[in-house]
Amino acid sequence: MCLGVPARIVAIADAGRMLAVADILGVRREVNISCIADPDAPLTDEIGRWVLVHVGFAVSRVDEAEAQATLDMLHQIGEAEGERGHLRASLLA
Amino acid sequence: MKFVDEFRDPAQVRALLARIGRLVDRIGGTRDRPVTIMEICGGHTHAIFRFGLHRLTPEGLEFVHGPGCPVCVLPMARVDDCVELAQRPGVLLTTFGDAVRVPGTRGSLLQAKADGADVRIVYSPLDALELARRTPGREVVFFALGFETTMPATAAAVLQAEREGIANFTLFCNHITVPPPLRALLQDPDMRLDGFVGPGHVSMVIGTEPYRFIAEEFHRPVVVSGFEPADLLQSVAMVLEQIAQGRAAVENQYARVVRPEGNPRALALMDRVFEPRDRFEWRGLGEIDSSGMRMRERYAAFDAERKFGVGYGAGRARPAPESDGCRCGDVVKGAMKPPACPLFGTACTPQSPVGALMVSSEGSCAAYHQYAGLREAAE
Ligand code: SF4
Repeated sequence: MCLGVPARIVAIADAGRMLAVADILGVRREVNISCIADPDAPLTDEIGRWVLVHVGFAVSRVDEAEAQATLDMLHQIGEAEGERGHLRASLLA
Repeated sequence: MKFVDEFRDPAQVRALLARIGRLVDRIGGTRDRPVTIMEICGGHTHAIFRFGLHRLTPEGLEFVHGPGCPVCVLPMARVDDCVELAQRPGVLLTTFGDAVRVPGTRGSLLQAKADGADVRIVYSPLDALELARRTPGREVVFFALGFETTMPATAAAVLQAEREGIANFTLFCNHITVPPPLRALLQDPDMRLDGFVGPGHVSMVIGTEPYRFIAEEFHRPVVVSGFEPADLLQSVAMVLEQIAQGRAAVENQYARVVRPEGNPRALALMDRVFEPRDRFEWRGLGEIDSSGMRMRERYAAFDAERKFGVGYGAGRARPAPESDGCRCGDVVKGAMKPPACPLFGTACTPQSPVGALMVSSEGSCAAYHQYAGLREAAE
């Protein structure tokens, strides 16, 4: 549970609550971006950027190459599938 | 070296292993008296086993698995409190997937669920908050656990609940911090650790400064590391280099993600909501000063311990004993390897764990159980 998962921000869901929609391992869900968003720029600037998400919270920005390397590693150690399972199990649909 | 070809960059891995071999020789590590390096983070433990790094490195070097898995170090008494909370009428208990399987003295949350308690797995504390929004008639308790990596998310959920005036959401806070148990391990006269590989994602939040005491007071090197095999091997080489040169400093191998100052906004969020408890119990390590967090008085309305009178709030007198024969404590301290536990692989397996170290894939017993035999069988 301590591994951060790289995700790409694809939309802003609720600017007031600092929520963006991120693509995490092919699953889309809301993540809080209050700790990484640039306070002087519009939130929509975040769209397309890569972040490291930990339990629904973006803790750090990462560049795309780093994100890809981490994703490869998650697949290799077999954590990607489990993480996707957690994501799907709790989408609260 | 048979498996080196599987890595993304076999040439780099081979070069790092050669460098590690030379350094271990220079330091004089042997099979009987190896250089011991503790990887603090459970994610690193998992990666070391998965990639078989402990098999590729020389005999004169030993990995000691640290206390860095929050599920594994959660004491029985806190699990019992949580089970008790889950069984109260009207309570909907939410937590992460790993946490529901941790055994307490009266079973796990999963067993409580089978017995009729409403226990739900969520991916994020923000999902627990959403459940509270959707079910105003229920008391939604989030069983919060984790190190500094998870803490900003739970802090954000509490602040959001406050902003929206959500009155049926509370946290049962079991957050813990990384530096105090390291101090406790370094002060233990039985421990012999020559250096540390520091956690990557915790450090993303707290930065590298909090490890300075390890170098300055205890003269042990610390290298904050990424999670790729090459990252880990490079970090080990950096630790060994410091030892060989008689130095002890905090270095950052994961600088592409970890900043020395961490994430100041995440730290500010945490600080707003949480403060250190005087003491907090760790499974296997006992009570450690200032190692656990609780919610500040200002957020008492969102604190399950205060609202429901459980845990430290209820003045629990003594820690709950571990199961018979369970050696989790010795393993967490690095004093014993998992297979030496009499229950390992027999009474205690990932399918039916007796001790917490068998529960999460980041626990050293689970990692040993899953991977230790695998490569031997393949060789
Ligand atoms: S085998 Fe089970 S009981 Fe023994 S140390 Fe590991 S987790 Fe604890």
